[in-house]
Amino acid sequence: MNKEKVIVAEGLTKRFGDFVAVDHISFEVSKGEIFGFLGANGAGKTTAMRMLCGLSTPSTGKAIVAGLDLFKDAEKIKKNIGYMSQKFSLYEDLTIKENIQFYGGIYGLTKKQILDKTNYLVEHLHLQDHQNSLVRSLPLGWKQKLAFSVAIVHEPAIVFLDEPTGGVDPVTRREFWELIYDASERGITVFVTTHYMDEAEYCNRVSIMVDGRIEALDTPNGLKKTYNSDSMDEVFLKLARKAVRGE
Amino acid sequence: MVKSNSNNMSAVIVENIVKKYQIEKSEVVAINGVSFEVAKGELFGIVGPDGAGKTSLFRVLTTLLLADSGHATIEGYDVVKDYKIIRKKLGYMPGRFSLYQDLSVEENLSFFATIFNTTIAENYDLIKDIYQQIEPFKKRRAGKLSGGMKQKLALCCALIHKPSVLFLDEPTTGVDAVSRKEFWEMLQRLKAQGITILVSTPYMDEAGMCDRVALMQKGQILAIDKPEQINQQFKNPLWAVQASSMYNLLKTLKQWAAVTSCYSFGEYYHVVMKSEMYGEKEIKAYLLQYQFQDIEVKQIAANIEDSFMALMHTSHE
Repeated sequence: MNKEKVIVAEGLTKRFGDFVAVDHISFEVSKGEIFGFLGANGAGKTTAMRMLCGLSTPSTGKAIVAGLDLFKDAEKIKKNIGYMSQKFSLYEDLTIKENIQFYGGIYGLTKKQILDKTNYLVEHLHLQDHQNSLVRSLPLGWKQKLAFSVAIVHEPAIVFLDEPTGGVDPVTRREFWELIYDASERGITVFVTTHYMDEAEYCNRVSIMVDGRIEALDTPNGLKKTYNSDSMDEVFLKLARKAVRGE
Repeated sequence: MVKSNSNNMSAVIVENIVKKYQIEKSEVVAINGVSFEVAKGELFGIVGPDGAGKTSLFRVLTTLLLADSGHATIEGYDVVKDYKIIRKKLGYMPGRFSLYQDLSVEENLSFFATIFNTTIAENYDLIKDIYQQIEPFKKRRAGKLSGGMKQKLALCCALIHKPSVLFLDEPTTGVDAVSRKEFWEMLQRLKAQGITILVSTPYMDEAGMCDRVALMQKGQILAIDKPEQINQQFKNPLWAVQASSMYNLLKTLKQWAAVTSCYSFGEYYHVVMKSEMYGEKEIKAYLLQYQFQDIEVKQIAANIEDSFMALMHTSHE
């Protein structure tokens, strides 16, 4: 059975002057898939991700994201995706409840939907006692779990996660991945970058970028077999060491 | 109390340091009574997540922040009384890039050399290895460097006065696996030159690169030892379990009363059982009831992340 494709990229390229940041990348991601997007610093991950989110216009190539053409419908794409990064996620000087309501409003949910979502998330994340606390006062791990929930508050087709677990304690890091599995089971496609190689193992498929190109793309087991390695860490080291360009 | 005869051997002595911050109306205890010693020439790691108190601790030890209580000495000098002497002896690379963005690579380095009354030429041997990698860009402004190059320049600037103790606050955060490996190789070479190094990191797997580590969480030290010693303290039977349909497996294992904890580790779950009674046969039999296929169960030794999580739970109780 051919699964519904949520991202289809063909020869997607981004040049800055003479520098080719992303060099003809082509890949497909299915509905509900957890897709790991790996690469060394400077390999072109962020640029590629910004293009797929409709934040940066590709130089050449084609891409369909959430059924929409990246060149024609970049604005509509933004409504059908969620985004979260380690650096930017929530408003620190709003409370937990206010953040959920704010993002719900931004994504165009109705008042009733926002109310239901707020109640559901507060309960689901066990934040009942803290819903009126400022986000600033929360531990990082809680913030990141809340940020993820807020990024998918509008049940988008895809959520892009840029190093969502950096600096988070090991227990919370794993709880965070359970939220990812949950979202994926509900049919939300998860596109995630990480520097933790154990997390690469939790993805359905993983791509590894080297010097602006996708050098490898397969299931974690497939990659380990191809590169004759015991772990994703080893696979990554073998591939990323091939890089010629710096950051 | 620290035994007086250990002082000669210790580059850093920390005794019961406490540091609290007032944030709005609540009080946050950043460092909650931390004590340890670092021997001369040791590569000592402080491993813990964001918010553990690593940066506050480094700022106290580098004389940039006053502790509320407790004492600390660097090479026998008190961090409060003798801060002027200490500042000449230590090198500090903060977590946030803090060189002069609008000076060139070369200008930054010679600025720091001048401040410490020395020259680049005088201590070039120490930084040569690292500096050569950024020398082709020596005319470039520091603000225009890539993350990896900034990090190398900051390390050179922290080393240019040949410090006897080097503090590196999260030098590898946000850095990819390849560059992290290279950075640790660089630290091993510095250690070989006799420099005492204290390095903090949120990456548990980097503990293995240190002579000894302090695992830190919520302002407290959970354990201090050689990484392999910490792992040997892990007493409960630990199993690696794998099957088709991994997410279901996680839910099933978590609901089983015989399981203490179950955490994902790459392609396996690491499962701590409540008693020795549950071995490979019992675990397999239990999972077969739930129609799991391709079940693999093997007993394993704990790694540092297993140990950290187990210690986190003990400290919560």
